[in-house]
This record gives sequence, C-alpha cells and structure tokens, in this order.
Amino acid sequence: METQQECACDKLVREEERHVKANARDYNESFSYADNHIKTSKYNVLTFLPINLFEQFQRVANAYFLLLLILQLIPGISSLSWFTTIVPLVLVLVITAVKDATDDFFRYKSDQQVNNRQSQVLISGSLQNEKWMKIRVGDIIKLENNQFVAADILLLSSSEPYGLCYIETAELDGETNLKVRQALTITSDFGDISKLMDFDGEVICEPPNNKLDKFTGTLHLRDSKHPLDNENLLLRGCVLRNTEWCFGMVIFAGLQTKLMQNCGRTTFKRTSIDKLMNTLVLWIFAFLICMGVVLAIGNTLWESWTDRNFQVFLPWDDFQSSAVFSGFLTFWSYIIILNTVMPISLYVSVEVLRLGHSYFINWDQRMYHSQTNTAAEARTTTLNEELGQVEYVFSDKTGTLTQNIMVFKKCSINGQTYGDVYDEFKQKMEITEKTDCVDFSFNPLYDRGFKFYDGRLVEAIKLEDPAEQDFFRLLALCHTVMPEEKSEGHLVYQAQSPDEGALVTAARNFGFVFRTRTPETITLCELGRAVTYQLLAILDFNNVRKRMSVIVRNPQGQIKLYSKGADTIIFDLLDPSNEDLMYTTSEHLNGFAGEGLRTLALAYKDLDEDYFEVWMKKFISASTVIENREDQLAVLYEEIEQGLKLLGATAIEDKLQDGVPETIASLALADIKIWVLTGDKLETAMNIGYSCHMLRDDMNEVFVISGHTLLEVQQQLRSAKEQILGLSRVSSAGHVEKAEMFADGSVYEETIIAEYALVINGHSLAHAMEPQLEHVLLDLACLCKTVICCRVTPMQKAQVVELVKGHKRAVTLAIGDGANDVSMIKTAHIGVGISGQEGMQAVLASDYSFAQFRYLRRLLLVHGRWSYFRMCNFLWYFFYKNFAFTLVHFWYGFFCGFSAQTVYDQWFITLFNIVYTSLPVLAMGLFDQDVSDQNSLHYPSLYKPGQSKTSSSTNDGSYISDQQVFAVTIATSLVIVVNVQIGLDTHYWTVVNHFFVWGSLIVYFAILFAMQSDGMFGIFTSSFPFVGTARNCLSEKSVWLVILLTSVVCVVPGMAVSFLRVELFPTLTDKGPQEQSLRRVRRTSSHRSAYAFSHQQGYGELITSGKNMKMSTASSTGSPGRTPQSSTWIENMLKRKNAVSGVSDEITGAPAKTD
Amino acid sequence: MMASSYNAKEEDANHPGAANHAGVVKSKKPDNTAFKQQRLPAWQPILTAGTVLPAFFVIGLIFIPIGIGLYVTSNNIKEFEIDYTGANIDNPCYNCAKNFSWNSTAQCSCIVPFTLEQPFESNVFMYYGLSNFYQNHRRYVKSRDDSQLNGDRSALTSPSKECEPYRTGEGSPIAPCGAIANSLFNDTLQLYHIDSNGTFNEIPLVKKGIAWWTDKHVKFRNPGGNNNLTVAFQGTSKPVNWRKPVFELDPEDPENNGFINEDFIVWMRTAALPTFRKLYRIIQKKPSTTPTLPSGKYVLNVTYNYPVLSFDGRKRMILSTISWMGGKNPFLGIAYITVGSICFFLGVVLLIIHHKYDNRNNSADIPN
Repeated sequence: METQQECACDKLVREEERHVKANARDYNESFSYADNHIKTSKYNVLTFLPINLFEQFQRVANAYFLLLLILQLIPGISSLSWFTTIVPLVLVLVITAVKDATDDFFRYKSDQQVNNRQSQVLISGSLQNEKWMKIRVGDIIKLENNQFVAADILLLSSSEPYGLCYIETAELDGETNLKVRQALTITSDFGDISKLMDFDGEVICEPPNNKLDKFTGTLHLRDSKHPLDNENLLLRGCVLRNTEWCFGMVIFAGLQTKLMQNCGRTTFKRTSIDKLMNTLVLWIFAFLICMGVVLAIGNTLWESWTDRNFQVFLPWDDFQSSAVFSGFLTFWSYIIILNTVMPISLYVSVEVLRLGHSYFINWDQRMYHSQTNTAAEARTTTLNEELGQVEYVFSDKTGTLTQNIMVFKKCSINGQTYGDVYDEFKQKMEITEKTDCVDFSFNPLYDRGFKFYDGRLVEAIKLEDPAEQDFFRLLALCHTVMPEEKSEGHLVYQAQSPDEGALVTAARNFGFVFRTRTPETITLCELGRAVTYQLLAILDFNNVRKRMSVIVRNPQGQIKLYSKGADTIIFDLLDPSNEDLMYTTSEHLNGFAGEGLRTLALAYKDLDEDYFEVWMKKFISASTVIENREDQLAVLYEEIEQGLKLLGATAIEDKLQDGVPETIASLALADIKIWVLTGDKLETAMNIGYSCHMLRDDMNEVFVISGHTLLEVQQQLRSAKEQILGLSRVSSAGHVEKAEMFADGSVYEETIIAEYALVINGHSLAHAMEPQLEHVLLDLACLCKTVICCRVTPMQKAQVVELVKGHKRAVTLAIGDGANDVSMIKTAHIGVGISGQEGMQAVLASDYSFAQFRYLRRLLLVHGRWSYFRMCNFLWYFFYKNFAFTLVHFWYGFFCGFSAQTVYDQWFITLFNIVYTSLPVLAMGLFDQDVSDQNSLHYPSLYKPGQSKTSSSTNDGSYISDQQVFAVTIATSLVIVVNVQIGLDTHYWTVVNHFFVWGSLIVYFAILFAMQSDGMFGIFTSSFPFVGTARNCLSEKSVWLVILLTSVVCVVPGMAVSFLRVELFPTLTDKGPQEQSLRRVRRTSSHRSAYAFSHQQGYGELITSGKNMKMSTASSTGSPGRTPQSSTWIENMLKRKNAVSGVSDEITGAPAKTD
Repeated sequence: MMASSYNAKEEDANHPGAANHAGVVKSKKPDNTAFKQQRLPAWQPILTAGTVLPAFFVIGLIFIPIGIGLYVTSNNIKEFEIDYTGANIDNPCYNCAKNFSWNSTAQCSCIVPFTLEQPFESNVFMYYGLSNFYQNHRRYVKSRDDSQLNGDRSALTSPSKECEPYRTGEGSPIAPCGAIANSLFNDTLQLYHIDSNGTFNEIPLVKKGIAWWTDKHVKFRNPGGNNNLTVAFQGTSKPVNWRKPVFELDPEDPENNGFINEDFIVWMRTAALPTFRKLYRIIQKKPSTTPTLPSGKYVLNVTYNYPVLSFDGRKRMILSTISWMGGKNPFLGIAYITVGSICFFLGVVLLIIHHKYDNRNNSADIPN
C-alpha cells in the first residue's frame, strides 16, 4: 500500500492540471492517468519473501538476532552453535510472515471483489457492462439507484428534474442523510445515449487530492466555459439514492479518487506497555553488556593468573596472544551465551497475546448488539492492555451518548400537561416496558412505532377539544418534513431533523396526519377527513430567530399563522392576554426541562386578510432583492409574528442510548474522567449532561465558560478556579502570582472533595486553548468532575484530546460515531467508533468499534483490565524465566574460568524459550483472570493500574561432578521451577492451562530422552553429544532429590512474599472492596431552559420553491409565495451551505445532525 | 502495519443489494461457547492462609525427615581421602613431583602409606580427584571429536577442527584428538593392605564397569570393531602427552582397549567444576563376611606420570562406599533439614502474622 501511495503522490507532483475529454480514450490515455484498478495489498507471490523479510529485519529485535547469528559464525567467539539462534529466529520470522501473508491475502480478496464489480459504460455507442477496474478516465458511465459510485465522476444528467441526484456519503464522511448533487444545466438534458455519444466536452481541473469537500475545474464545451465545483461531482464510495439513474464522466479513477487519496497511512499507535517493553529491553541490554564486561574482565584476570600455568593441558590458541585480547573475545562469547536474557520471543508472544485478547473482544456476546447485528470489533490488535489504563474518556454526544432519536414524550396544552401516567391514588407512576401504551387503532394511518402512555390526551382529542386539535394541527402544518407514501396508508416522513420527525409523527398518531404537500398546499387527514390547506408562506428557522412559522389558509378561508420555537422567544411574542396561560406553561416547561427533555413552545395567530395582503407584497419584494435580503426578511418576519396566542408546549426526549447513565457512573467510580465534546448547542449539551447524570443539581457549581474574548475567558476561568480552590478572596492585584502558584493544580486535585462541573463552548475554547491559557483550562478541567465542551469543531475536539494527552501523561480514549469524531479518534491513544448506525468513517478510523456506548464499560472494566493484568503478569514472568535461565551462566562463569562455557545442552538452550516454557506462559497470558467479569463490573475501582512487580531468581549449585549430568539436572530443575512458578502465578486454571503446563513438562522429558537417545546420536553424532545422559542421571535418586530441593527453594520465597503481601498490604483484588453502589440520582427539577431544535436554515425555501418535489410540475406557476427563478434559489441555498462548510467542516452537508 | 485504513469489504457492507443476495442477513452474533466467552471452567487457586500455611508446614514436615534420613545415610558412608600430589616436602611423592619431566622415559613411583580407622563394607569405590583442573573450560570442553570417538573412519583420518592444536602430530592425524584426550589422567594407582604380619597384599582392583553402559556401547566405538586395533589405528599418531598409543591402553582385554577403554571414557566425560573426582577402580566385596577393606594399614603405590603442580593443582585418591543415594554427600541432607526448618519457621511466623492481622481485614474475599 505504501508504495502505491507514494507512486500516486509522485504523479500528483508531476500533474499540475488534469485534462479529461469525454468519449476520447486515446486522448486521455496520453496522460497515463491511473485506471480504476485499486490495489491495497502489499505483496504478490514473487515479492512477498524479499519485501516481507526486509520489513521484518527493520525491527530492532530481529536485526539484533541476525547480528548475533553472524557473531556465532565467527569461530573464535562462537560459544553456541548457530542453531540456537537460527531456530527461534526462523520460527519468529515464519509466524510473522504467515500472519502478514494472510492479512495481505484478505486485502487482495477484497480488492478483487471491488475491482470486479460491474458497471455500465458507454462504449462505442452502447452501454456495456464492464468491470470496475476496466473503467478509464473520461469514460461515461451510467449509475442506477442504490449503486456505489465507481470512481470520482462529473454528474452529467439524471432521471430527476434539473439534473439533481441524491447521494449518501456514509463511506466518505459518515453522514447517512441524503445530499443533493446537481448537473450543470448545459448537460442536464443528456438523458439519452445519442446525446451522450456526441458529448465531447473537456474538463480541466485540479490534480488528484484528498479534499473531500473541494473541487475546482472548468468544463469546456463548444467554446463555452462552465465552472465546476464539488456540487457537480459524485465521489467514489457514495451511493446513489432516490434517483433512478444518472450519467457521469469519470474524472479521477482508482487510486487517484478522493476516497483512496484519503486512505492515508494510519499512524501506528504504541501502548505504554510497548514503551515499557522497549525500555526494559534496553535496560536488559545494558545489563547484558555489564555482565559481559564483568565476565570479560574476569576472563582477562583468570587467563593471566591461572590459565597461563594450565597451558600444559590447554594451550592457548594462536590468536590468543594476550589475556586482554582473550578477554575481548570472551566478552563477545558471553554476549552470545547470555543473549537468552534478551527476550526474542517476547515480541512475538506479546503479539500473539494481543491477538488473542482482540479475539476475545470480538467474541464477546455481551458486546453484541442484536438489533443492529453488530458485534464488537477490535480493529487494532495492539492496544488491548492500554484499555486497562484509561484515565480520560472523550465522548461525542449525538449517536454516542444519545441515539439521535427524538421521542415525543409530553406536552402541555392550554395549561394542562399530558404524558405522565397516574395510578388510582393519583400517584405518578414510573413508565416501564410493561406500562400499557395508548391504543391508536382508531386512526388507520397511525405509526406503530410511536408510543404514548397517557390516555387522557386521546380522550381529549376524541372529544374534539379545540385547543388540543389546534395544537396537533400546528404540529402537522408547521414544519419542513417531506412525506413519502409508498403504498396507501404507508407513510414515511423524510424529516431533516429528528425533532421535527418526532413532532409530525406525534400529530399523525393523534389524528392529524400530514399526508402530502405541494409547493403551495399541505394536505392533512384530520381525524379521518382530508383537509387541504393552502400554504402561503414559510417563515424559516434560523439560529437567531430560534423559531419557525407557517402561514396557511384553511378550507374555511381563514388565514392563520402557526409558530413554534424556543419558549423564551415565543413567550416574548405572546399577546398580553395570554399571561396566565404563559405562567402555567412556563412551570410545565421547567418540569420538562428538569427531566432532561427538549422543549418547544407553540403559538398561533389569526391573520387579517388585508393585513396579510400588504405583508405578502412586502415579503415578495424583499425576497427578490439581492442586498440585505436576509435582514429585510427578518424584519418582516418579526413584524408579523407578534401578538401570538399560546397553544402549549412540547417535550421531546433526546433518547439516550441504553445504559448510558449507569456506564458513566461506573466509569466515574473507576476514576475515569469523562469529557463530552459535542458540536451541539450549549443547552442541548447541558441537557444531555443532566440526563446522563454527568451534571447534577447537587453539584456545588456548574461553571459555564462562554466568553467571547480572550480576556473574558481568562477572567471566567480564573474566577472559577479560585472559587474551587477557595481563594476567591484574593485581590485582583495578586492575580498573576496566584496563577503561577497554582500552576500545577494537580497538587490540589486530590484534596477537592466538592463536585464541580465545567461547561465551555467552542468560542471560549478557542481562546482557552491559547498557549497562555491552556494550563489554566487544563487545571480547572481536571478539578471538575465533569467537563462538557459544546459547539466545538472536529479540529477542536482533537486539540482538546491533544491537550490532555500532552500535559497529563494519561491514557486517553475517544469515542464517537460520526465523521466529525474522526480527528479526535485518531488523536487519542485509543479510538473507539460506534458502529451500526451512522456511516463507517469513525469506525474506519477507530481502534475498537461496537454498537452501543454502554459496551465501553465492559471493554474497559473487563477486557481492558484483564488485558493489562495478563500482560503485566506475562511480562514479569517472561523476564523472570529468562533471567533464571541466563543468570545460571553468569554464575557458572566463575567456575569455568570465565570461558563462556554453557551449562546446558545446546538443544536445551534452543528449545527452552520457544518450546518448554512458552505455551504455559501464553496460556496464562490468554486465560488468566484474577477477578471474574461480573466482579470487575461490579467493583469499578478494581480498575486501577497494576503495579509492576520485580523478579528475583535463585539458583543453587549442586554437587554433581559430571558436566552433562550437571547440565541435565540444572535444566530439569529449571523447567520444573519455571513451570511451578507459573502455576503459582496463574489465578485461573482452565483446561488449556493444565494442558500446556503438564504438556510442557511431558514434552521436555520426551524431547530430553529423544535427543539423548542412541538413535539421534547415531544419525547426528556431533550434534547430540549428550547421548544417554538423561537415562543415566535421572535414574539416580540423588538427582531427583536435588531437583526437588532446588524447586522448593526457588518457589517458597516467592510464595511467602506474595502471601505476606496479601496479608499485610491487600490490594482491592485480594480483599473484597467495599460495596460501591452505583448511585442513581433522581434529579429534582431546576429552572433551566431546555430549548433545542436541531434545525438548519434553508429548508423552508426549498419546499416553497418546489425544487425537491418530483410532482411539482403540475402547479409550478401562479403561486404568490414563490420566487419565480427557482434556479437562483438553489444557488442561494448551495452558497449558504458552502459558506457554512467554509467555517467548519463539521456541518458540511449534514443538516440532520448538528453534532 | 496496515498502511491503509481503507477496506473495500467495508465499502460493501452497506450495499443493500449485498444483503438481498444472501437472502437472510447472517447473524454476526458471536458463538456462545465457554471458550469464546472466557467462561472456561477453571480452578482458581488463591493464596490464602488456608492454603499457604499448611503448604509450609507440610513442606517442613516432609523435608526435615528426608534431610535427617539423607544425613544419616551420608554419615554411614565411609570415605577416605588422601592427597598424593607431593606439593610439600613431607609428602612421599615430593620427589616424583619435583623431578617430573615430560621427556623422561623412566617412571617415578612413590609409596603413600595410610591407615583406615574403620573397615569398609560392601563394594568400595576408588576415585582419583583433581583440583583446580579446568575440565569445564570452553576451549577444553569442545576440543574433542565425537565422530572420531564413535569409530567414524573419516573422522579418524581427518579429525574435527575443534581438536586444534591436538589435531595432527608428526604429519598424521591424532587419535584420539583434542585437548581432553591429550590430557588423559595416567597415574597408576595400586593398593596394598599390610596385614598383621607386615606383608603387603595387593588388593584386586576391577577396572571394568566404571563407565556408563551407554558411553561404552553407544557413544564410544572403535573403528572397525574391536579386533586388531593396531591395524585400525594405522596411519594415526598418539596424542602428544601419551606414552603409548590408544590401542595399547589395555592390550590384554580387547573389550577395554582403544576408544572403549573405560579409564579413557571416564576421563572424556568432562567435569562440571574445577574440583572433581572420577571413578578409578572398584574393589568388589568378598564373598565371605570379612569386610572388603578391613581397618588397618595400607599403602598406595603411585606411578607418578601426571603433573599438576605447574597450575597449582592437587591429586587425591579417594576410597568410598556408596548407598542408595550415591556417594557421601552430607550437604544434601543438611540442605533438606535447613529448608524444611525454614519452611516450618516461616509457617509459624506467617501464622502469627495472619492471626494478628486477621481482625483488621476480615472482609470476605471476592467470590470468584
């Protein structure tokens, strides 16, 4: 992949401008643009071996062992045969190569699958089926509904009017809502093949790049130039929706498409265990050098004092002229012998363990979500143990904490609340799964998914109470939803925000069914009767107005204005006569807000015919001006939305994902700090904060930082911090010093008992992230239990994560579901993507993915904790066994004249690490559980970083005189000790553990006898000199006594120490932690406005223009409320959208989801 | 490792057509097996007072008796050791040691008298012991050719390079080659019992049965069988330090000559530590009830061929009986007693600690 990327980049450098001519393959081929063949696999059959080996030897450990191998081939130094190194090395290389090869094979398979997809291409006058990989730049291809776009194509024409087409860009940016693309007017009538055949336009555009939302180019067609931008382009990876067919011309193909250009190299994340491991290896290397030096000096001294005289029996080699040189050689010999402290198989074993842990995550049924049929997936296999050390969780809100599903929960109509259920004693009942919901079957058009529990409202409707009727009529009329009636009575609403969808659906169920709309009419089915209203104007929503209105004429000829919006705004516009009702409703609203519901106030107004005529004229003229149009319209809107009559208020639940409050509470008990980073409004964000108990009314203070200037923000941050630290009385003169004094707030952090929360918005955050303030922000944030950042851009999300990551040296985890979370997911140590709902972007960037936020609890508290625990035990034990194995040689050096003589049989050295002891330790690393998963979840405080243990090794000498017997005895003791030790370290003995531990011992003896058998000696006389040693020595009783003694001596101290540790310094694991109840807080109501309406401006205009209506041709003229030049309108809208996306990528074409 | 986060398969995942092809969407629900759900039945040993303390006591109670048994057994083993290096002037072999020369053909012998205070029952093993002799030096250890010793003809004529500088001598390959073989211990030891009449009775020493069966029959073999070794070893020369070629090590017994000479085999089995002993002869017990070696005066007749003084080495002769646990080794018994006692003591200490702290943390262990 890398090589491909690079070559693509090379082309990019060379190509400064792209010329593509339609229907001219020869012309286009002269530029040698990439074809549509993609290749993400790295190797082919021939290149696999050299490339893979080259990559593997780039790893330090492998290179080191290669060096060692070379050293061993030098006769003067060689203290071990070459096979002791080459066998493990080859084994390691082979395992890694097999893994790489399978990975690559799957990539190859998926490439093949994509390359072989069929597509219709216009070739020599007819449409022909071609494989994707055969498509060339400049080809004209036909796409059909629900097909993937094969390459980056310029939209030429489509089945829809005005050359519009709808695409879903889930693969690209994660948004599932549909987006509109439009063909150039000049090409939009190229509906048939003959016209397309004649099309010979040339596109001159930018070279391939990875910007998904930018495109500049021009179409040269018959001496005229037409500018092209992103709105004309369909990118590879999109899916065509709601459009029967469309034609397009390929601009970028294959690896040069924007999708492929975006598949940059993912940065390799390293865990702290990785770093620890590397540091340990470095230390061990230093230790190895030290041992080598000590022994080399020993050798020099020994050679000059003792061996000088021993030459009678052991003459010096020719090159061994001086003792110093001999010492030098000995140093290298000992480096070879003692290299067994260097854990060659460590890296491979760790990889295997991590892979195993990842599979356990993938296999976990309790992280499987059956509704969406998604299982948890560990997309990276290298970060598992890091999951056990997470200190900060950064969470997205929409789609992560919430489902992005809005449910009509309650309402207040004419001073009466509905939505609560009361029992016979007038006591409010908790609504559960079992509560009976209202039966809407009287209404044939009702939506079965809608649930409401308060039967009184339906009764009121049935009694034809005018207030209730008007309330729902308003909901059915005042919106920008598009209906789709696929079959009779089967209505589907295309709402641009879920809030609206919920409200219209509620009206539908209560008998006010919104059925069809044309640009100038809305047809409702009111309690069974079809009623058509004339739509006179839509007073569109925007963020300043925080309301929207419609003006309709009902069949009786009355003109009415219906308005819905934020309570504070609507209340200001009310007629004074409504004051009493306003107070009652206001009280209800507070109640709703207290429950974390999103509220809207509804009002209406009867309009006088004449007054409206006048207003309408002004409105039309204002709509057509070019300058200050917005402002003029706003004034007009303001003018007519006066003296409203209050109808009531709605309360919508922004549905939390299942188990969110519990998960957050339990993570908080595990000392994991959760920060919510959302693009949503302050009010909405705080609302969600309350409903998932991150914010509580019993908190000492919730600081809201919303300053607009650096100074304001600084002031707010400082004062908040001082308040927390109880230093608010400090005079302003001492500000600077003080700030410096508590620059390291961490000292205080522990002592703060009171609970604070910090809410900060995007603007303030931008200031607070300035270098001079970021420390203040960080300190303050860390003093608070809860941090919520709202209105933040994806970039800011990443910056916040970076800030914490950089300054706190803590492991961070980011969790999100949308394209806007990608940057934060990539920045954090661990990125988690919510899969199954939105698009794939976040998941593709993530390290772990699962369907529900609540699985985070299990991922961290169970899998993370276990992984960390297992990895620590594994590492400790791994080093222990290598040290035990190697220190024997160090000790023996003092008895064999520092001559680098090995204690063991060479085969034992070869096999010790990889055969005799690797499997039990792997089994421990895979299966060990100190605490069961239920307990891990039940006692979140078990989740705290484990302390690293120290290894000690004890070795004794014994009295056996023969060297080979000595070797076998020591080796046997060692294998037994090492296996007994792992037995003691294993907390959870599964069948596999038993099998591996006992198996290892059996294999040891089997191999021991096999290698020392007559047969082996007969075949390879020089390789197996230990013939018969095992038989002779293990039949000696005293040898067994020695083995028993050494085993006990080596194991007992460890056992005593760990027992003492348990007795004297029990950790939470050892003793039952105090029951930590997951606090469930019932919140009392508080006076907060919870207005939320995730809406975007512009859709009102879209509706009245009729642009997006397929059936609009019938009545396209003569309606007073519409501007005649609809194309200018669309341009306006697109311009506005671009302006928005210019400010931040986040909102790019994502109207349904402001987050 | 993955250079790309793009996976074409995922591009396919949302494809509505894809699901239709397969008919029913395949459930991705993981299998509910004990293995995959990490619910394998398991034994969970926990270090609690209930398991650790008894373990300590049990180890103590087992080890102390074993240790006592070993110690007593070891004490019952009779062992006699005498240094005949001749480093001091009062040693009978002082002259031989002092006048040693590689070139002299005359053999120097010395007589070392000693007294056994106690009679030696059963079979008595006679060892020679060397000190400060680095048979475990790497260059020494590897200086041999196992193929040659196994009777390989090609290795006989061209020995392994490892044998340098004792690979060839006088233009022909050395058999057996290498430093180990070259330094073969070649003192001859004879034992005489001086009975009450003052007569010297030579004690018969058995020189076969001192090597391992596997060594004698598998690892070491003469080239071309055991008959006519002179022919078999033709074209080779004797090791530099040797007085006679390998096929004359025991001319009387073809089963003990050449490479399968047991003295040679024993020597070739290198020692692990610089102070070691090697089995030299066996004194078989007499059929009658008289002890093998009655107490009394003895004489060791040494033919002094092996120089060790140059590197401050020592030579000893050891007589020892053996038991089921091998030779005299009081260390093992003492070690067992010590370890057993320590375990017992630790058990007591831990018990006290446990009782003292038991009240402090009486909360239950987490049920697993």
